Amino acid sequence: MTVPVEEFAARARDWLPGHIPPTDPEAGHFFFSGPSTRNDEHDLRRIDRCRDLQRRLFDGGFAGICVPTEYGGQGLTPAHQSAFNRELRGYDYPIEIQASTFIPCMAILLEFGTEEQKLRHIPAMLRGEEIWAQFLSEPGGGSDAAGAVTTAVPDGEQWVVNGSKIWTTGAWYSDWAMCLARTNWDVEKHRGLTVFSLPVHSAGIEIHRIELVNGAKEFCQEFLTDVVIDDRDRVGDVDGGWTVMTRWLHHERTISGGSPYVTSAGGRSDEAPNDGPALAALARGLGTLEAPGTLELIGEARSLTLVGDALVRSVTKKMQTQELPHHAAAMPRLFGGTANVRKAAIALELAGPSGVVWAPDEPRHAAVGGAYLVRQAGCIGGGTTEMARNVISERLLGMPREARSDEGPFREVPRGPR
Amino acid sequence: MFAETEDQQLFEAASRRFLDTTYPTAAVRGLAGAANTFDAGVWRDGAQLGWTALLVPERAGGGSISGNGLADLLIVAAEFGAHAAPGPLFGTNAVAAALGRWGSAADHDGPLKELAAGDAAAAWAHGPTDVSATAGAGTVTLDGRAGVVEGAAEASYLLVTASEPAGATHYLVPRGAAGVHLRPLDGVDLTRRFQAVTFEGVSLPDRARVGDPGAAGEHNEDLRDLVAVIALGEMAGALHRAFAMTLDWTANRYSFGRPLGSYQEIKHRMADLRTQLEAAEAVAGRAAFAVGTGAADARSWVSAGMAHVGRHAPEAIQDCIQLHGGIGVTYDHDLHLFLRRVTLDAQMLGGPGAFARRLGALVAGGDGAAA
Repeated sequence: MTVPVEEFAARARDWLPGHIPPTDPEAGHFFFSGPSTRNDEHDLRRIDRCRDLQRRLFDGGFAGICVPTEYGGQGLTPAHQSAFNRELRGYDYPIEIQASTFIPCMAILLEFGTEEQKLRHIPAMLRGEEIWAQFLSEPGGGSDAAGAVTTAVPDGEQWVVNGSKIWTTGAWYSDWAMCLARTNWDVEKHRGLTVFSLPVHSAGIEIHRIELVNGAKEFCQEFLTDVVIDDRDRVGDVDGGWTVMTRWLHHERTISGGSPYVTSAGGRSDEAPNDGPALAALARGLGTLEAPGTLELIGEARSLTLVGDALVRSVTKKMQTQELPHHAAAMPRLFGGTANVRKAAIALELAGPSGVVWAPDEPRHAAVGGAYLVRQAGCIGGGTTEMARNVISERLLGMPREARSDEGPFREVPRGPR
Repeated sequence: MFAETEDQQLFEAASRRFLDTTYPTAAVRGLAGAANTFDAGVWRDGAQLGWTALLVPERAGGGSISGNGLADLLIVAAEFGAHAAPGPLFGTNAVAAALGRWGSAADHDGPLKELAAGDAAAAWAHGPTDVSATAGAGTVTLDGRAGVVEGAAEASYLLVTASEPAGATHYLVPRGAAGVHLRPLDGVDLTRRFQAVTFEGVSLPDRARVGDPGAAGEHNEDLRDLVAVIALGEMAGALHRAFAMTLDWTANRYSFGRPLGSYQEIKHRMADLRTQLEAAEAVAGRAAFAVGTGAADARSWVSAGMAHVGRHAPEAIQDCIQLHGGIGVTYDHDLHLFLRRVTLDAQMLGGPGAFARRLGALVAGGDGAAA
């Protein structure tokens, strides 16, 4: 008998105050925020806290709400997860490990993993013991995931992997990774790929951290040299990696909302540095709240957040009822990317000179300037907005597909000027 | 577009069928330039379908379909937008809501029943007014001017805000009362008509007052929320229609030997438009839910909707026109019918900037909606 949603929500309401601390605005805003507000020590402390919060959720019976009980979850429904997310408002939660650990990695294991893989990893993920990363993009191409050239060669019951992956969020503090590799160069590119799982700190993996324009360093590049992976850690069929990838990309797109596997109060946007309340605080601090145009800009930023939230919920619901295909997730992705770009511009406009020159004890002003410099990351990471536009036009609207120059054996596909 | 329950789907289908028959675009064009676009028979038929009863309490012949009358009304609004249809949808529903909420059953249920049954239409003087009310013995006299009133000519009743010592106060004025003068205005929409209304010593009994003295300021903001939901529905419906026309065009129009829609630039523009359409629908639905259920953050949702959709829906239809090329700016093409409708809806209640300021003030006051 499934516990009714309301009863589940009431249980969460009772449980949360004694077990989960309130949100800590100082600790959040991990991604893309610059070093003015944090450093590696701060980040590692935060990751430890995420593990601890995840463990508490697990012990309380609120981790993996939509995950089957045999893998450590609660075996409930998306409605239960939504209800819990609502109750979670105002509390701290492990936002930084929702992506990539739960989506796409746990979601992919649930769909494609062997029984052994699921039993080995999913409970560990839900207990906060395994944080996962995505070894997906490569230096040779970001959006063209199927063009991967990192190669896995079979060697008995093992595989030997060589190549390089890039734009891996948090590889330096992660435990495991899901990795896309080429296993066949003599077939069409989508047909020669295989997905593997591997410990991030395996022999032969060198991790370099990439510094973004605002000083943020959570992205990494990995160099894989003769890395040995056991065949038991292969996810899905040999050369069947693209089947896994289509779901991988789908789950990745649901980060802006709609995934049944994400624990998130959502309302964190209230505390997001470029949303209405934070912008109002910024203007108040600068003494410009009453200046002409200020309220209009704050309202515009807030409207983008609220409309984006309405969009996520509505598209999610329509995908669940199959009124829209799963490709529709590209719409919230596109809207979210462009909205965040605009909000970063609004923050800078409100800050004015303070957003470009600041005193050392004004981290908030430094964050505005830094966020503006790095703002396009929001339209690039997790699939560019251009790719989202292709998905929407071709898959949702049925418009003609782009002409391809990458058919035939992958070995012969041009990968640079000839 | 907004129907969720089976009953709502029936309601949507019936309204759509009726508007398809009554207001094909040729009929809408035929009303251009007509002094009067109101058809009492059509309106009564619409009332039979339920267009005017959704915000009316049951005691006066009203009732909702889903339990949230505003969410039901959103369905009608989207169909009105998709047909660029005429009709006193905004004013009649706003005044009906006002009478139902703040009027007294003894004094106002008569007019309210007429409105719900479609036997009369009403207009809400929502724009800036400089009408004053002077109290007499059991009477009140109105003098002044309401600059922009939609559908005053076809209305039997006008809901007017007048200033008096207690503050801004609502009065329900029979349009035929002595001293009420109308001057027709011109505007962008082909079928919705506006008038300037002058009140010259208009004498009314005390009981014409709707709500407490001094309450109209607050009540007008509530009505603005309600009517903005109708505007959001119309904009979503009009954008839906313009988008569908444009998607067809990009498939069937060939340029340099290929469909227009095979160019990536065009595809990306269509993706942007499709996303704006989905966003408009989503926030309209959310605003109707919040306002219709009296949620604490209702004003934030509806203001966010008007700030965003009011800015982007007209731009989106302008882009539909751009994608059509020259034919898009001709009078013979239907696109402008929908551009006219969204342009009016976006500006009529104060424009996207005003709604953004309203939302900004709510945020600065610590009253923002919880996303």
